[in-house]
Amino acid sequence: MNGRPYVREVRTASWYFGRWRDLHHMLNEISSIFIGGYALILLWGVKSLAAGEQAYLAFLDGLTSPLSLTFHWVALGFTLLNSVSWFGVTPKAMPVQIGDEFLPGHYIAIGHYVAWFCVSLVVLVVSGVFSNG
Amino acid sequence: MSHRTIDLEVMRYRPEQDDEPWVQTYKVPCEEDWVVLDALIYVKDNLDGSLSYRWSCHMAVCGSCGMMINGEPALSCKTFIRDLPGDVIRVEPLTNFPIERDLVVVMDDFIEKLQRVKPYIIRDESKPISEGEHRQTPAQLKKFKQYTLCINCLCCYAACPQYALIPEFIGPAALTLAHRYNQDSRDQGWEEREDVVATNEGIWDCAFADACSIVCPKHVDPASAIQQMKISSTLSWYKNLIGLGGKKR
Repeated sequence: MNGRPYVREVRTASWYFGRWRDLHHMLNEISSIFIGGYALILLWGVKSLAAGEQAYLAFLDGLTSPLSLTFHWVALGFTLLNSVSWFGVTPKAMPVQIGDEFLPGHYIAIGHYVAWFCVSLVVLVVSGVFSNG
Repeated sequence: MSHRTIDLEVMRYRPEQDDEPWVQTYKVPCEEDWVVLDALIYVKDNLDGSLSYRWSCHMAVCGSCGMMINGEPALSCKTFIRDLPGDVIRVEPLTNFPIERDLVVVMDDFIEKLQRVKPYIIRDESKPISEGEHRQTPAQLKKFKQYTLCINCLCCYAACPQYALIPEFIGPAALTLAHRYNQDSRDQGWEEREDVVATNEGIWDCAFADACSIVCPKHVDPASAIQQMKISSTLSWYKNLIGLGGKKR
């Protein structure tokens, strides 16, 4: 006999394995680890570049290792997952009301995808990806 | 005539008798148009009068009969038995709340948090009745009407992983009601609510799992309300930083 309200325990380490939407949420959260790791590698590259040609070539050589390639593919996967999740929920965070009605959510999501594409294009152009030299 | 007989597995907890919850199974002959609440009423009236659960309107308006149905938070008056797979249905009290008795949970934590967000219209100065009502355009009403549909059923709290892990989190329904009044053109209470809402225990404990909106039986979309408040709060913070504070909305 307890005699008072019963408090159920929360499975703090494994709660998200029981339901897909919880696991999906945690995958989005975990993506920050890989995106943060990628940012650190990028900073390491900039540091190598500042240290001179030999250091930078060693850095580039390190990027081709199987471990590095695996990490980058996994990071890319998590980045895409997080990006798609993010753009999918933008209509909730940024609803657009025109007169008495709200703009359908998919217009807002598509607008963000278009902006993402345009910004990516500008970055690629500025970084010289499309230049012949 | 009975349409289908189900095994209704009910989590029981009687504080004066039990150390912990346990499951009791009832055979319930169901009609085609029965919802889960009808099965519980059948048990109470015909099989076991000691079973405790909350209900009132039987039409998804009062918000009393929220419970876990096959592991998902839902209104038992809105969940048709014919829509559930198999012949075994499991009902449990809403997760993330202490169990008072059987399917009845203790709601005190939510009620306390609801009061903290001041879910009512706040005016700087009240207008005399002789000056008439506060008028509102259809567009102004549209801005917050969706958030008025919350019936405090607490399904969103049962689904919220953040509330499960951080009991101090104010949670979806209370924050949504804060947003509902912040968005109301008649209200001037944002600054009063901000001290409660724009805090770690408020909007910033929300990790945007979106589970609250997925399970909401009234399609209130609490996750959208919280994310919109995050944007408002951030803009307000930057405005204050550069000295453009004042009326924040």
